[in-house]
Amino acid sequence: MDSIIQVSNLVKKFGDFVAVNDISFDVKPGEIFAFLGPNGAGKSTTIKMLTTLLDPTAGTIMLNGEDPVVNPSGVRKSFGIVFQDPSLDDELTAWENMEFHGVIYGVEKKLRRERIDQLLAFVELSDRRDSLVKEFSGGMRRRLEIARGLLHHPKVIFLDEPTLGLDPQTRNHMWTYLQDLNKSEGVTVFFTTHYMEEADRVAQRIAVIDHGRIIASGTSAELKAQTKKESLEDAFLELTGKTIRDEDANSTDQMRRMGRMWRGGGRR
Amino acid sequence: MKTIAIMWLRAVKRYLRSRSRIVGSLGQPILFLLALGYGLGSVFQAAGQGNYFNFLAPGIIGMSIIFTAIFSGIELIWDRQFGFLKETLVAPVSRINIMIGRTLGGATVATLQGLIVFIITLFFGFRPYDWALVPVLILFMLLVAILFTALGTMIASLLEDMQGFQLIMNFLVMPLFFLSGSLFPLQGLPPALGAIVKFDPLSYGIDSFRALLLNLSTFGLGVDLAVLAVVSVVFLGLGSYFFSKIQI
Repeated sequence: MDSIIQVSNLVKKFGDFVAVNDISFDVKPGEIFAFLGPNGAGKSTTIKMLTTLLDPTAGTIMLNGEDPVVNPSGVRKSFGIVFQDPSLDDELTAWENMEFHGVIYGVEKKLRRERIDQLLAFVELSDRRDSLVKEFSGGMRRRLEIARGLLHHPKVIFLDEPTLGLDPQTRNHMWTYLQDLNKSEGVTVFFTTHYMEEADRVAQRIAVIDHGRIIASGTSAELKAQTKKESLEDAFLELTGKTIRDEDANSTDQMRRMGRMWRGGGRR
Repeated sequence: MKTIAIMWLRAVKRYLRSRSRIVGSLGQPILFLLALGYGLGSVFQAAGQGNYFNFLAPGIIGMSIIFTAIFSGIELIWDRQFGFLKETLVAPVSRINIMIGRTLGGATVATLQGLIVFIITLFFGFRPYDWALVPVLILFMLLVAILFTALGTMIASLLEDMQGFQLIMNFLVMPLFFLSGSLFPLQGLPPALGAIVKFDPLSYGIDSFRALLLNLSTFGLGVDLAVLAVVSVVFLGLGSYFFSKIQI
């Protein structure tokens, strides 16, 4: 097949508000694809539609040849996702989190156990397999989530702001894992980020979304040429403007703050 | 099936690992037993109603079950944005199975809490009138637990954040507990109160516990079972429906 992700004329309305306004793009198999945009641009909404969490108002999506609306179960087997907020169970061990994922994704026991060992080794968490996740730092949690997201060998891995709040060493490690995996297994990597230098360094193709529309797409070099800027960050600012996008703190933000309090003074 | 089993296992593991929470949540039931059981004991006796501590024990067992069960259901809200629920919602499993697994897990945990309280009452000298009925008691405890875990799940599916939680605790769970005959006999109540008690599912649960532990029943064990079963099925249905509608 040509594209592993194909989005055509996708629209999402919440009442009168149009969050995603007729966007189309495609992602080739084995590509590392960055989906960039300011706050409130429609990135999360788009990802939710791609990952069966929301139904589109109009338009079509094809992921690995399946339509998420028609066959959500089939689509879910094809992707793994690392959310912006951790979705691990703090009171279980690293191994148990992996095991849980394997069971609900239907990975048969022997294969499951082998892959858990492999993946934990890959993200360098083997020695902490029996530690409770609540003892993990932000970087360790992110690495575990990547390992977990890949357990069922998906064709695509979605990452929503994967390096937010991480130190440079961990960020470097994470991209190394992802790039290795991309090369060796051909996993398509679809990510969003605010760290433009990372997108510049890592992404093979980029789409920029703003106010629910794709305003530019192409390689990093193409975007820089198009906007006559030297860095991707400047190109991005040129495309989306310099006004700060204020978002109302929704309940998610409040819970994130509470979560930080509870986890002991700001350690992510 | 495997989904249900692993969701159940997760709930039980989390419970068994939270030792401080287990001990902490026993504080209130013990206080109630001691303060009311012994405090009001002589008054109750003088009124010709017998031993208040014994009368109270099934009520306090019910107390720990309803609070733990509702709380298990409400944990859903935290899971919802902060963790684990997203992982389950994006997985190729049916939401019904997830809901059933969570509910059974939460109900098991609530029943275990109830059992611990039961064992504590034994330390204070309480004795069931017929030990052979204790397994049946456990089944009824589980039924009550399922009922309230499903209710908790249903409410949590409708709430977006923890703000509503306080309201729920004060305006739903507390009345359900206090107006269920946990603390007072069901005969001789003013008509208004008597009517409210009849609408409270917990009343039938407590009544069944009293029937099995003390051979004291107002509604009859058959009626208790019927009401608990029907209401459980309704709450499970509603819980599943609202759970399936969750959008994160």
